Amino acid sequence: MDKKISTALVVDDNTVNQRIHRKLLDNLGIQSETVANGKEAVDVHISGKNFDLILMDLEMPIMNGIEATRKLREMGIRSMIAGVSTRSLEEEKQEFMKAGLDDFQEKPLTVAKLVSILHKLNRK
Amino acid sequence: MDVVSQLQRQFVDYTTSLYREGFVDDQYTQLQKLQDESSPDFVVEVVTLFFEDCEKLINNMARALEQQQGVDFKQVDASVHQLKGSSSSIGAMRVKNVCVAFRPCCEAQNREGCLRCLQQVTHEYSVLKNKLQTLFRLEQQIVAAGGSIPVIE
Repeated sequence: MDKKISTALVVDDNTVNQRIHRKLLDNLGIQSETVANGKEAVDVHISGKNFDLILMDLEMPIMNGIEATRKLREMGIRSMIAGVSTRSLEEEKQEFMKAGLDDFQEKPLTVAKLVSILHKLNRK
Repeated sequence: MDVVSQLQRQFVDYTTSLYREGFVDDQYTQLQKLQDESSPDFVVEVVTLFFEDCEKLINNMARALEQQQGVDFKQVDASVHQLKGSSSSIGAMRVKNVCVAFRPCCEAQNREGCLRCLQQVTHEYSVLKNKLQTLFRLEQQIVAAGGSIPVIE
């Protein structure tokens, strides 16, 4: 990979997914943090933190992935944002992409899907 | 056959049966592949999180469905969605499949249907928990006897 991807933010309200996604990233040498909803993702950026990659779940309490992605783009956050969700309705996926995603992968996330996301990040 | 070989044989047969009977799918294999020296108990850790998640979500669904006046089907659906997500992530195929069947009952606001699905999901979770705990015990026995855990492709 050409671009050094060293940090990621996992945005997911499910503790099982948080743990798996962090391990996937860890095995690829990427340091990660987790937050439990879209509002926390926005707040962590307001605090001044930035990440090379954001793995964004769709359905979360308080603020969902679509709202959070839109808000982050409005704030000028240029990180790669990959939507990761079990929701398979095409309209929802389109709305998620329109909010500012760079990629979308259906859960469950695997090594192959994550590598595919990282390759897209390199081409960005 | 020595003790280690016997235990390893038992482990292979038991694991194979879990896949054959649809208790776990390829995603469970993916989870095992993530385990390494830096996280030697990763699978047990994630499965334990999953069990805790299941119990919490099943209790939430049961409480919501108990309400005689006005079941909050959105809340039940939200719990089913969560459970579908985590069961899919660890490869708990039967649990996931019940969740897939559960959601239309929530959408149709069918209380009886939801109660039947809740019963099924509780059953599948309980059986899976027993099966995986048996598997983990076998692993511990193999290691305690000085053997290594067979890798099943």
